[in-house]
Amino acid sequence: MKKTIVNDIDFSRYNIKNEVRYSYKTEKGLSKKIVEEISERKNEPKWMRDFRLKSLEIYESKPMPTWGVDLSQLDINSIVAYLSPDAKLKNSWDEVPEDIRSTFERLGIPEAEKKALAGVGAQYDSEVVYHSIKDNLAKQGVIFEDMDTALKKYPDVIKEYFMTKNVTPNDHKFAALHGAIWSGGTFVYVPENVKVEVPLQAYFRMNAPGTGQFEHTLIIADRGSEVRFIEGCSAPQYAVSNLHAGCVELFVKEGARLIYSTIENWSKNTYNLNTKRALVDKDGVIEWISGSFGSHKTMLYPASVLRGKGAKSEYTGVTFAAKGQHLDTGSKMIHLAPYTSSKVLAKSISKDGGITNYRGLLRIGPNAEGAKASVQCEGLMIDEISRSDTMPIIEVSNDNVDIGHEAKVGRISDEQIFYLMTRGLSEDEARSMIVRGFVEPVAKSLPLEYAVELNRLIKLELEGTIG
Amino acid sequence: MKDNLLEIKNVKADVDGKEILKGLNLTIKRGEIHAIMGPNGSGKSTLCNVIMGNPHYTVTDGEILFEGENIVNLKVNERAKKGIFLSFQSPEEIPGITVDNFIRTSLNAVTNKNMPMLQFAKSMKEKMDMLDMKPEYRTRYLNVGFSGGEKKKSEILQMAMLNPKLVMLDEIDSGLDIDALRVVAETVRKLKTEDMSILIITHYNRILDYLEPDVISVLAHGRIVKEGDKNLAKELEKTGYESILDEVLS
Ligand SMILES: Nc1ncnc2c1ncn2[C@@H]1O[C@H](COP(=O)(O)OP(=O)(O)OP(=O)(O)O)[C@@H](O)[C@H]1O
Ligand SMILES: [Mg+2]
Repeated sequence: MKKTIVNDIDFSRYNIKNEVRYSYKTEKGLSKKIVEEISERKNEPKWMRDFRLKSLEIYESKPMPTWGVDLSQLDINSIVAYLSPDAKLKNSWDEVPEDIRSTFERLGIPEAEKKALAGVGAQYDSEVVYHSIKDNLAKQGVIFEDMDTALKKYPDVIKEYFMTKNVTPNDHKFAALHGAIWSGGTFVYVPENVKVEVPLQAYFRMNAPGTGQFEHTLIIADRGSEVRFIEGCSAPQYAVSNLHAGCVELFVKEGARLIYSTIENWSKNTYNLNTKRALVDKDGVIEWISGSFGSHKTMLYPASVLRGKGAKSEYTGVTFAAKGQHLDTGSKMIHLAPYTSSKVLAKSISKDGGITNYRGLLRIGPNAEGAKASVQCEGLMIDEISRSDTMPIIEVSNDNVDIGHEAKVGRISDEQIFYLMTRGLSEDEARSMIVRGFVEPVAKSLPLEYAVELNRLIKLELEGTIG
Repeated sequence: MKDNLLEIKNVKADVDGKEILKGLNLTIKRGEIHAIMGPNGSGKSTLCNVIMGNPHYTVTDGEILFEGENIVNLKVNERAKKGIFLSFQSPEEIPGITVDNFIRTSLNAVTNKNMPMLQFAKSMKEKMDMLDMKPEYRTRYLNVGFSGGEKKKSEILQMAMLNPKLVMLDEIDSGLDIDALRVVAETVRKLKTEDMSILIITHYNRILDYLEPDVISVLAHGRIVKEGDKNLAKELEKTGYESILDEVLS
């Protein structure tokens, strides 16, 4: 077994740096000209171009947020907003350029596609380079396209749904930024009563240093349908900052069920300021599974708007912050209709001076008669220098509700380490075991392959080994 | 004549800058059952921690020889791998880690090899039957929500699986009801091989009736102040520690 010191983790799998070959990129920074350039290059309809420009105005009018993580070092003017790789969109891996293909191969994407996925999209910097869906799904009317293609093929649907009634550019500064310079991402439509048994996956890879990735994900699960969507992301480590400000808009129609999972592994120089929201209709179900391991700073609060009677949401999250990382994550549950229910299970771990914060909101509106909600958030600090906090906010405007709530933070004690070491475990193994135990309730509720990946990442973080 | 498994020579040890062990000498022969008794706060648990290498305790003087080798500078897990085992007076709880998973990991760490699954399961069952533990405990989280007695049984189960050379039982009898005490003591006796030495720390005679120590030492004020055979325990029961202390201090 290979053993490295804990501070110097071998993330080689994620750290492949390819030479940056691009067909087109914008100047650093942000301007009307740059936004127009992006839109023109993409050959977009006028309404989208206008939408982008309007979003830019909103972006410029809004101040930087002063809560959450410290963004004072984030310099938008040094970030390249759009960089198109020297590769065209393909639906066969063989046609994807060698270096890009091998990056995705090392991340295990084509292999997973063969074994366990119904469709895959792979984005490299600003553009999607590979997209494919199994024929049987396409035949059932399932749409799985990259966002730019979707805009061309289904302009009316996109115009109706794109940042109009779910997330809007007015929501906050980075939603506006996203509206202005979004590129790539995925569009999924699952027709009524169609059950997609095998998950769809999108993988987002940033390769070039000093760039931003602003992919847009729009999923519409129509009445009674079922679908699982997996999102993965990573980037190699550079000295300069990268910025990720994606946006995920989910529509769960009556009786539909959508499972949205993310394992985020951005390099530790990335600002991850992401917006995710689901609108859930009557008896619909949204399940979020969220693993945040990478990035320099993250602000991410997937929101579920339970607007139909009996709508349901579950959020299961693990956040892991090591040296130099500050991850501010949580979940928002907004109950607007009667008999809606939500459940939050969030665990965060910090080590080597890393900071995690659970920031959550549970809001029970006046109409949410008979709503049920439980929030459990827990932070574990691995050493004396790390920090962890929980800030679960609860607002209740209806008396007839059932709410459970538990928040705590703790530190691994010397006594626990000593106890485990008396049974033959090294200090690192002892810590790793305590952390695995800590995330066990989450691991148990995850699909097996996630639980395996989670344990692998913990082992990697704490023991420096890939076991 | 058996050789010395453990020799403690003039050990002084501090905790948080306060000296607790003040030049302690103790020898345990291979295969010996050795009981240590002594007043509350006299340093018995400290001695176990020092032998085990708890970094909270600093050895400022003296040597601890295990099979002739000075182990004072070895890490806790290295001592465990040499065959030293401590059953804790109050064992830690480890949420999320099952008894099964824990003992397996520990066994693999101590022996440096993987015991096949079936063999492990069989061995666990056998030891748990001996201890009168229900099979459900295998999937419970380690010590979490265990009663005082159950925690003690869990310690002995670990000892049984790890098969160490030196077993330190720090007040294994506290918190056990009469039946559980018998079960635990009998299990320890059954598990004890000729090569296994046992250091029992206790305040009571009952467990000594079952385990019949070869030697009883009295620890007071950070030193071993008296040594005797198993009759010493009965004597102490009658007279208490005061007479001995008077004798030693005068
Ligand atoms: N970790 C510690 N921090 C501070 N003081 C300690 C620590 N461990 C032991 N001591 C002190 O050292 C002295 C000896 O404690 P120890 O636990 O060894 O006694 P003991 O003989 O095992 O007592 P008991 O019979 O009550 O279990 C006590 O005064 C105790 O308060
Ligand atoms: Mg004690």
